[in-house]
Amino acid sequence: MIVLSDVLILAAILFCISVAGIFINRKNVIILLMCIELMLLSVNMNFIAFSHFLHDINGQVFVFFILTVAAAESAIGLAILVVLFRNRQTINVDDLDTMKG
Amino acid sequence: MFEQIIYYIFAGLLIFSASMVITVRNPVMAALFLVLSFFSSAAIWLLLEAEFLAIALVLVYVGAVMVLFLFVVMMLDVNLAPLREGFARYLPVGVTVAVLMMIAMGLVVSSSYFKSDEISAPVTLGPGYSNTTELGQALYTDYLYPFEIAGAILLVAIIAAISLTTRKPRSTKAQQPALQVQVRKEDRIKIIKMEAEKQ
Repeated sequence: MIVLSDVLILAAILFCISVAGIFINRKNVIILLMCIELMLLSVNMNFIAFSHFLHDINGQVFVFFILTVAAAESAIGLAILVVLFRNRQTINVDDLDTMKG
Repeated sequence: MFEQIIYYIFAGLLIFSASMVITVRNPVMAALFLVLSFFSSAAIWLLLEAEFLAIALVLVYVGAVMVLFLFVVMMLDVNLAPLREGFARYLPVGVTVAVLMMIAMGLVVSSSYFKSDEISAPVTLGPGYSNTTELGQALYTDYLYPFEIAGAILLVAIIAAISLTTRKPRSTKAQQPALQVQVRKEDRIKIIKMEAEKQ
């Protein structure tokens, strides 16, 4: 039988992997977007685990909304990436220092 | 027992594919491993009796978002060499942060501290139970206004993505009637005074 902490630990491992991915691949914007998707997936897994073990459908409603917002976010992020590549011919984060940040 | 074996198989697959996403060299391979991790987490969601969301994850994410990712990755002609420069340099920092975070979260959510063993095991719902019906009832009654806002967010995302990426036509030779109507006599005719020339 699966217990609640099995799923919670799996989601925590997934979250830590994606945080490490953001540290490692900090120059490649595409991989950074993928790491954000993985983070949202781990959060969704927590919501679904609690929804299953506490018999509450509201957790799944929140997963639905998170999926919606994540889809919108990745669509706009990729559109920005395409425009960026068209203007600068690079997606390296280090080259994007026009604003001296 | 059988359920547990399936859970651990898919959990291992999920962790493997997630770590391949962040370490693999080629972004196309990373996107394909991300597809694999979405599939295995959809299987885990099926085990947790969230059938509608598992199917929605496969349809929406694998079917739409990941295809968009692959499309963008293949469309951009990216030079990969400079993007991998800091990989070995930042690897210790990333691993350290991840391990510390994992220890902290593991202490909180492990079964001895979190008392998740005391939560009663969920009753297995029969074949007559429809997850989609229950989710739909919650979505269209209690969460009706947030649902409408979610639709508006998707519309905004469509408009934003299209307006960001459409290129203006470069130099078309079309007439612009508004400018033609607005033209005045001074713009076109120049009257010059000059002396009459002798024959």
